[in-house]
Amino acid sequence: MYRRSLFGLAAVLAVASTSLFAQDMIKIGAIAPKTGPLAGGAVVTQWPNVQLWVEQVNARGGLDVGGEKKMIELIEYDDKTNPGEHIKLAQRLATQDKVDFVVAPYGTGFNIATAPIYGKFGYPMIAVSAITDKMEELTTRYPNLFFTLGTTTAFVDGVKEILIEQREAGTIGNEIAMVNVADAFGIELSVRARELFGEAGFDIVYDKSYPLGTPDLSPVMKGAKDSGAKAFVAWSYPPDSFGLAEQAIIENLDVNVYYSAVATSFPAFKGAYGNKINNVLGAGGTDVENPAIAKYRDAHMEITGKEADYWASANTYASLQILEQAIVGAATLDRDVVTQYIKDNSFDTVMGELSFENNFSNKFWSVGQWQDGVFRGVKGSNVDGAVPVRVKEGWSE
Amino acid sequence: MLDILVSGLLLSGTYALVAMGLNLQYGVARIMNLANGEVLVLGALAAFWLYTTAQISPILTVILVIPVAFIGNWLIYRFLLTPLVRRSKTQGALEVDSILATFGMSFIFIGIMVSIEGGFFFYKYLSEPIQILGSTTSLNRLVAFLIAVLIAVGLYIWLHYSRPGVAVRALSVSTEASGLVGINVPRVSALAFALGGTITAVGGALISTFITLDASIGVVFTLKALIIVIMGGVGEIRGAIVAAIILGLVETGVATLIDPGLTLAAAYFIFVMILLFRPQGLFGRRAV
Repeated sequence: MYRRSLFGLAAVLAVASTSLFAQDMIKIGAIAPKTGPLAGGAVVTQWPNVQLWVEQVNARGGLDVGGEKKMIELIEYDDKTNPGEHIKLAQRLATQDKVDFVVAPYGTGFNIATAPIYGKFGYPMIAVSAITDKMEELTTRYPNLFFTLGTTTAFVDGVKEILIEQREAGTIGNEIAMVNVADAFGIELSVRARELFGEAGFDIVYDKSYPLGTPDLSPVMKGAKDSGAKAFVAWSYPPDSFGLAEQAIIENLDVNVYYSAVATSFPAFKGAYGNKINNVLGAGGTDVENPAIAKYRDAHMEITGKEADYWASANTYASLQILEQAIVGAATLDRDVVTQYIKDNSFDTVMGELSFENNFSNKFWSVGQWQDGVFRGVKGSNVDGAVPVRVKEGWSE
Repeated sequence: MLDILVSGLLLSGTYALVAMGLNLQYGVARIMNLANGEVLVLGALAAFWLYTTAQISPILTVILVIPVAFIGNWLIYRFLLTPLVRRSKTQGALEVDSILATFGMSFIFIGIMVSIEGGFFFYKYLSEPIQILGSTTSLNRLVAFLIAVLIAVGLYIWLHYSRPGVAVRALSVSTEASGLVGINVPRVSALAFALGGTITAVGGALISTFITLDASIGVVFTLKALIIVIMGGVGEIRGAIVAAIILGLVETGVATLIDPGLTLAAAYFIFVMILLFRPQGLFGRRAV
């Protein structure tokens, strides 16, 4: 009898101590690709920022939730760039790991595909790497979903503005050569671009798509070169952003405006091509002169050992700062309260003051340009520090 | 037109590098190696890693890769695949087993590569423009093409004019009959598998100089290799080369003349046509 009660006491103590332990921790779940086609982008933009944020918060002694300091326990999974896998893992995060909050997925399709499952469990999702024109429809249906990186139209508009400016300056004519990768992202952007460029009086003289993973982009670049257009626009993904730049250098593509979309802002882009890609335009941008950004980039380098990219890295970090400030501000782990807090307040982040209107944060860079080794923002929405666009002059070192 | 010819031929060099190794492994050792693409990416990773950390030229890496890949693939065959070969009663059973085993193996390779480098294998080597017959191309593609030609010719001569080469060819015709005439079947199979893996890894190191790869991209190359091997005829090195040339020329032709979006469709169209009208492949023998 005595033994049994002692055993029982031990069991009670064990339970009590684990729950005590659990109270000190806040569990954050993160699912994104570590393998598969999107892994190359996620290991640059997504994962290092999750690591950076968790380490910084824990180094400060954790998050203050209603007067109680809680350390972050990160639970991370590889979705293998497979939406089905992601949904299964999200279910696991919610029901088995019982995480308190999640980091939004990487990639437009993934954020849309997983909004229902995260929504079902009430997790606020502050999406970063997701660009679409269907935001209003999506955020009405999933009130827990937030967007921070801009819309398809905003991205095309940024490029259009540059094309119009350059036409007025006489560096390009009405002809544009445009290519896109044949997947959801490239198709959505190219469809919008055809409309907007057409309205602005441009003539798309070379307009082709190519499949994701095309091993030889030289026919594409030869076609663009033969069209004689002085402006080249590619709605591309990694690794084809690199493949196109490589072919442009080989063919010595004679243009005054050269734009390629995703991954142009990666430090590795400059690492591979050096000064040959000077004055190349790409999606994204940042203001390296801004002290907050500079401090963030230093910390990123120091803690993760990698250079932050010149686009969504800062936005990804900002989204985690928003989550952090909302949890602290709401002083609770109640997900509905935190979601409401995100909607009602503004947040002090590395991207400056961010707030949401209809779940959409309208402060982001849309176009940047490699200028003497740094990818600087040239067009954006409500951002400060944009620099003037330069004309592309040849592909020599 | 000349542009299509030059670009197409250079692309077929890439495809030949991708497919020759699998052809030996599948045609001779009867291992349907689904980790073929991963072995290719391993070769690419070696080239990338040595170039970025130690400034070692990818051409030198190719030479370093040869013994490492040969021994590695020989060990894989000896310890992982030989038990399957012993156990299987029919060739069909071996194919199913080897597909499953190598499929699993491909994940192990991906895991190893991700732990070394999770992002893109980014470096540039010999990406200088050169003129061939008035058509601009890059030096790294030309180098890869020339080495592919060298490997293909060397392999052809070895298979046709050397004793072990004849044994390998005999094995591709019939495993049982080869054993009856005194060929050491397990040893020659291991040799063919290891040689196939080596060619694939060398191909990967060369391809990485002009295509940006990452740890997860292997499956794309496995699929292309599979198409070429089936098109050319299993166990036929000539067939694989001709199929690679056809694929390279057709893809470039379609991309230039019609639309780059249709290259994959064109490749699969030819593949389906060959399966319909010549299921044993261009150079394959009809099964007896």
